[in-house]
Amino acid sequence: MEQIHWVRHRWQQLVAAESGQGRYSAPDAVPTKSSPKLHNAQLTGKRRTVIARHGPYQHEYDSVSKGCQGNGIRTTKYSLLSFIPMNLFQQFHRVANLYFLFLVMLNWVPVVEAFQKEITMIPLVVVLIVIAIKDALEDYRRYYKSDKIANGRICEVYSKKQQTYVDQRWQDVRVGDFVRLSCNEIIPADMLLLYSSDLHGVCYIETANLDGETNLKQRQVVRDLPQGSELTPENFHSRIECENPNNDLSRFRGYMEHPSNARVGLHNDNLLLRSCTIRNTETIIGIVVYAGHETKAMKNNSGPRYKRSKLERRMNMDILWSVVLLVIMCLTAAIGHGLWLRNLEEASFLIPDTTSPALAGFYLFWTMIIVLQVLIPVSLYVSIEIVKLGQIFFIQNDVDFYNEYLDSRIQCRALNITEDLGQIQYVFSDKTGTLTENKMVFRRCTIAGVEYPHEENARRLEVYKQEEDEAMGRSHTLKSRASAKSLSCKSLSCNRSSVSLHTLTGHSEGEGEETPSPTLPRHSAFSSPMEKDVVPDPFLVQKLNCLSSPLFLLMDASMELTYIVDFFMALAICNTVVVSSPNQPRHVSRTPLKSLEDIKMLFQRFSLPRFSTLSPPHTTESTRSFTGRLFARGKPATFTPSEEDKIVQLNPGAWNELIYEAESPDEAALVHAARAYHCTLRGHSLERLLVELPGMGSLAVHLLHILPFDSTRKRMSVVVRHPLTKQVVVYTKGADSVIMDLAESPKGAEQSESRQGHIREQTQKHLDNYAREGLRTLCIAKRVQTSTEYEVWLKRHAFAETSIENREELLLESAQRLETNLTLLGATGIVDRLQEEVPETIEALQRAGVKVWVLTGDKQETAINIACACKLLRSTDHLLTANCGSKEACKALLLELRAEMECGEAAEGTSGFTLVVDGRTLEFALQEDLKGDFLELSRCCRAVICCRSTPLQKSQVVRLVQDQLQVMTLAIGDGANDVSMIQVADVGIGISGQEGMQAVMSSDFAISRFKHLRKLLLVHGHWCYTRLANMILYFFYKNVMYVNLLFWYQFFCGFSGSVMTNSWVLIFFNLLFTSVPPLLYGILDKDVSADTLIKLPELYKSGQNSKAYLTSTFWLTMLDAIYQSLVCFFVPYFAYAGSDADMLSFGSPINASSLLIILLHQVIESRTLTWLHALLLMGSALFYFSFTLVFSVVCVTCSPPNNPLGVDKLQMSQPLFYGVCALTTMLALLPRFLFQALHNSICPSDTVKAALMDKLNPDDYCKRMQRWNQTQAQSKTRSLVINVEDSDIKVPDPDFRLPSELKEGSATTGSLLS
Amino acid sequence: MGKAKANAGPLARRPDNSAFKQQRLPAWSPMLTAQTVLPFFYGMAIVCVLLGVWLLVTVQNTHELKVDYTHAGSCDKCFEKRKDRANANQSCNCTVVFNIENTFKGDVFFYYGLINFHQNLRQYMDSRDDGQMIGRNKNLKNPSYYCEPFIKDKNGLPIAPCGAVANSMFNDSFTLMYHSAAGSRVVPLFRKGITWYTDKNVKFRNPQVENKTLTLAQVFEGTGQPLYWQKPVYDLDPWDRNNNGFINEDLIVWMREAAFPNFKKLYGVLNRAIEPFTDGLPAGNYSVLISYNFPVEYFQGRKEVVLSTVSWFGGQNNFLPVAYLVTGCLILLLAVILTAVWWKFGKNGRNMKE
Repeated sequence: MEQIHWVRHRWQQLVAAESGQGRYSAPDAVPTKSSPKLHNAQLTGKRRTVIARHGPYQHEYDSVSKGCQGNGIRTTKYSLLSFIPMNLFQQFHRVANLYFLFLVMLNWVPVVEAFQKEITMIPLVVVLIVIAIKDALEDYRRYYKSDKIANGRICEVYSKKQQTYVDQRWQDVRVGDFVRLSCNEIIPADMLLLYSSDLHGVCYIETANLDGETNLKQRQVVRDLPQGSELTPENFHSRIECENPNNDLSRFRGYMEHPSNARVGLHNDNLLLRSCTIRNTETIIGIVVYAGHETKAMKNNSGPRYKRSKLERRMNMDILWSVVLLVIMCLTAAIGHGLWLRNLEEASFLIPDTTSPALAGFYLFWTMIIVLQVLIPVSLYVSIEIVKLGQIFFIQNDVDFYNEYLDSRIQCRALNITEDLGQIQYVFSDKTGTLTENKMVFRRCTIAGVEYPHEENARRLEVYKQEEDEAMGRSHTLKSRASAKSLSCKSLSCNRSSVSLHTLTGHSEGEGEETPSPTLPRHSAFSSPMEKDVVPDPFLVQKLNCLSSPLFLLMDASMELTYIVDFFMALAICNTVVVSSPNQPRHVSRTPLKSLEDIKMLFQRFSLPRFSTLSPPHTTESTRSFTGRLFARGKPATFTPSEEDKIVQLNPGAWNELIYEAESPDEAALVHAARAYHCTLRGHSLERLLVELPGMGSLAVHLLHILPFDSTRKRMSVVVRHPLTKQVVVYTKGADSVIMDLAESPKGAEQSESRQGHIREQTQKHLDNYAREGLRTLCIAKRVQTSTEYEVWLKRHAFAETSIENREELLLESAQRLETNLTLLGATGIVDRLQEEVPETIEALQRAGVKVWVLTGDKQETAINIACACKLLRSTDHLLTANCGSKEACKALLLELRAEMECGEAAEGTSGFTLVVDGRTLEFALQEDLKGDFLELSRCCRAVICCRSTPLQKSQVVRLVQDQLQVMTLAIGDGANDVSMIQVADVGIGISGQEGMQAVMSSDFAISRFKHLRKLLLVHGHWCYTRLANMILYFFYKNVMYVNLLFWYQFFCGFSGSVMTNSWVLIFFNLLFTSVPPLLYGILDKDVSADTLIKLPELYKSGQNSKAYLTSTFWLTMLDAIYQSLVCFFVPYFAYAGSDADMLSFGSPINASSLLIILLHQVIESRTLTWLHALLLMGSALFYFSFTLVFSVVCVTCSPPNNPLGVDKLQMSQPLFYGVCALTTMLALLPRFLFQALHNSICPSDTVKAALMDKLNPDDYCKRMQRWNQTQAQSKTRSLVINVEDSDIKVPDPDFRLPSELKEGSATTGSLLS
Repeated sequence: MGKAKANAGPLARRPDNSAFKQQRLPAWSPMLTAQTVLPFFYGMAIVCVLLGVWLLVTVQNTHELKVDYTHAGSCDKCFEKRKDRANANQSCNCTVVFNIENTFKGDVFFYYGLINFHQNLRQYMDSRDDGQMIGRNKNLKNPSYYCEPFIKDKNGLPIAPCGAVANSMFNDSFTLMYHSAAGSRVVPLFRKGITWYTDKNVKFRNPQVENKTLTLAQVFEGTGQPLYWQKPVYDLDPWDRNNNGFINEDLIVWMREAAFPNFKKLYGVLNRAIEPFTDGLPAGNYSVLISYNFPVEYFQGRKEVVLSTVSWFGGQNNFLPVAYLVTGCLILLLAVILTAVWWKFGKNGRNMKE
């Protein structure tokens, strides 16, 4: 948990540091005591002043709120009027369109004019129209689906005229407005909470629309406001100063200045964010501070991402080559024309003019550029976009990516890097939540140095796992609705909310439809049955039962018992869990309630005052005194028989139905664990906690402070007044490394000191064991404060809290002052199970030649253990660990490890090396002078595990590998701590799971389980890459092949730029006749079936090595294209030479055969042909022939210079035409046909072999598959045999032995982290 | 689509498990290996060879005779005369004698041929006005700017037909004589019916006027003749009044620009109604009387007369039959090689072994 919290915090700090620069630069300028007016004058530029819109300062309001935006939002790019100019303007930002435009304009120059003016415009117009339609549709949908709805929502806003709250649309809300909201309403703008109907001035919000987290969060009314009655906006004299709008969701700073010049600090807890939902609170009133696009939610809405894929970069290079080719061809023609002209005297067919041959050649150069324009495959860009949309359609519709528990599919957020999925060489994975479930389950604990193994609990977990697996299995076989329903009941813990961009605008998807049926309790965060059910350890129960037995009279036992009770008390209260019960539904109805009466009715029914229903049923004075004595320690207590009854009664019956909503899964796990020992958290309000202790009934604990978790401290604390002893007690829960250091022996009795020492020693031992088992460890400690100590601390803490500018630092310091001299109570081990099929996925990725790195914030031991569990580490692997404290040591270590590795390699053997680096070492290794060594070392390792790494380091590592090794990287993670890494990597994948939606929001693809990665990469990645690469090559081929036909003709027409085709047909040839089949080819072609691709991950390597699109492939394709065009030109040429054929008659068979060649070429290249292919290929051919036929009949004077009237009709009635077409097509395709056949027979690539396997019958297929896998396994076993002999090899499973230096250093390793 | 399904319950977002969406459409995969392409290769080879032989036989049954008359026979003096532009208006007649060894059976076509005349030059080709030729009155007096600089004559009158193509029209005329034992006689030629049907009936029309009684000369009043022409367009064929104006067949033939610099154009077709030409051109001595007008020396060109018969597969061109034969043999050779490859690698899927 620490790691998660810590990294999340760090990340937020990073974001804050980035976005805050310049916005909020002079923190020390504000809280001085100079007059506020002066401040305003100075700081208006940097901050925002908000005053009530209908308040007393009317005149001032206008000037102050001048710069603020209204609440209407517009996520559309265009309006009706601006669409055409804006869209055109944006489209002409593309180089391709500019190229077209240039050609069009060139054609307007009379001396270089090649075609009719209209004709050159066609490609441009078609492309512009296609894109404009696409843009318009997208924009319209955005407007219709989200903006209109969001802007049109109704909320209650205070109106001065009517002196009351009236309904207004969201878009009419302004900064400074007072807005009243009821339960379940969505917040229309960022508002300061001024009033809440809750007695404690608290309101709860659900941020699912913002970050996907469904647990409730508390917000507080601004302090020192008159409470009780609803506040009247007319009398709101205060003025609010706050930061300018920014996108940091977790920070809000400012102050409110009352007329009396008193100032109250404002912070994040006072701010209600737009598009969150009010829950569990009857009415709230707030003042709008940021509206519309200035709200934090909108500022965070960055829209879809644009990345450029590797293949596209490669392709752009080749387009440059095309340009070179074009220039060469045009130059040839220009020079040829000049020379040809010079050799001619005045011929009767020459138009008399005075242009010199050189100038004529120059003009011709430009003419040729127009004529040969198609050589630059500009339509390729549009085609690629369409193809990628198609590919994404199929990825999104893959039923294998569907997760029944979450009812979610894969989300493709980046639309243009599908083919990068097929070229990944490095995968960087987070651990928690990515490899593991992030479903924390309490596994075992140690209290006061005694370990409680919870054997029964472990067994129970196994059972759950099996059940779940069965359920999964069932879900795959059964498709009936009924079984699906039962499954969904099982999966209550899942968050069903999905965050799309639209929900950020305040529109929750599928509203109304989603209302769960009353029998299905709404899923609550982190409380699956598995997490709830903790089977208590019998021994520990027995000890706890001592509370009611005479045994506890013994001194030692009672000492231990206090530890135990304190331990569970800490588990129960040291958290930020929100408690609710199911008969207090949060999701009554999502539609806004119609009237106040309705709301009141509702609340009478459901929302009874919390503590009245939860009042302790069995609290008696005697218990108190009894336990009071217990906690006073050492005083013998008398045993009264009445106690026994009470304990028996304590079985949770009516209270069983509590729902805990925690911010992180391990908090919930701990609370549930405490509950299993009847130490139940019943209520959690701002000032009081209600806890039920065994033998004591319910106790109200006075909550003094919560020192929330932060990453620097890596712990959280609560300060409470103990209900029994009335002492001030600090309960702290945190990372073992930190707590162990802070847990010093209390000054006092020597006996207790030695006892503490013993406990520490024992606990440390247990902690090491836990880590080795792969458990997440947490230490629990407490500290009793004397009231004077507390007074002193309180004073300084109050100062820290009220200070505005340095608040964070002061609060941190204050917390650190409190959390010293802790008494160690014990530690917990929480298990985070691996997700299903993780080992298989990792193994498949490794077989596919992908290097998997695990970057985690966890401890080294835990990380290694998980790595073993998911087969990232094999028993035969040689483990290299790098832990060091200084840069020099790090350098030496790197060299040493390298040498060791060379040794290992020389010893011929290990199946691979795995490097384990901790965060501190990583920091040195990432420095400029060491990163080379580090990379060199890690490059030779099969896997690298970076533990204790910060989010920043994660992204640095990814960037380093990506930039220095020039490889394709993929980062996968689920939490906010992975965001930076996801953004840096070539492909970022977010896992939508337990940790909110931040990772998903910044990712390119969002999946729900790690195992989906296997199919995503191995199948879809492979397909997308091969498809796209082949399609691009095909496009180049197609254009070169066709354009060269025109070029060859220049040698027979005096290089004058004539074309033997009608110019309409020429333009349409690319645009219509041959454009659709390649698209289908790019979307649907399958070289190998999905099953085979999954079973043989090695096939992925072809994509990694860019096999489908090598430089050689490109040039071979070019050569083939040139050969084909030569055939396609010269066969008709010789067939028609010396005849009376006119130019268009000569062009007709050339066009027809080139069309056939181009289409059949695709048939040869395609690996699969479905009826769709057949339809489109035939359709294209038919379209061409019918078009030319109709054109040759209908077109009488169209396209003046070369009028096609009658040409094709005549040609197609002559046998010669077909004779020419047949021979040309055959000859042109022969080499490629032969090459394919020979290549596939003599030296087939793996892909081809696999494709051949697909064609076998099932039996042969299985046999062949086995043989293939055997050959793979053989190489593996070979190395295994050698490895066993190798002395370096660690002993294989099941007991993975850690290197010795790791063992002894684990405690220090932890403490090194800061 | 999405809306309707959204109500379907807990599995609302589950994608359709259809063959199309899951990319499981039944497909034919043309996996090319030596084994699979062998039958195809052998088949193709046989088809090509057979086709080649058949076509070769067909083509061998056609005849063609070319007579270059640029400065052959008595045309030498005309050639010299045409070197000087000043003599453009002087007529020059010459005769070329040749011999036909085998009878040309069937329809015999009489062509004139030009060597090195680039009718396919872009600027040349563009220099015409199809609108004028189709008889639009607007274009008759106001030709398209494409015709520049042959748009107005020196009197400022619009040229009909305008443009470089019409201007450079071939204007030699021929009379073919047959010299047999019975004496010399003119070989009868059809000078009409040598154009495409669509050209004659759709694409080329004389200007339409309301007053049907007007003569063609009156219709073309107010236009000038092309600069290099000796006769105006309405007077091209003095013997057939219906073969004048834009629908003159020689003009139409000329206006269909040839694909290559060396080309031939149809001049006439043998009239086989008259003895002794009912079977075609009998073997014997022939001569051509030429009215030598067209200058070719400026572009190092040559002129020729071509007599030819045609089969269903066109004129005498051996390229295609030979190409089919060669291709067939090539494919056969490749098929043999592939068979060897198949024996070595492809049998029983041995290529699958690692």
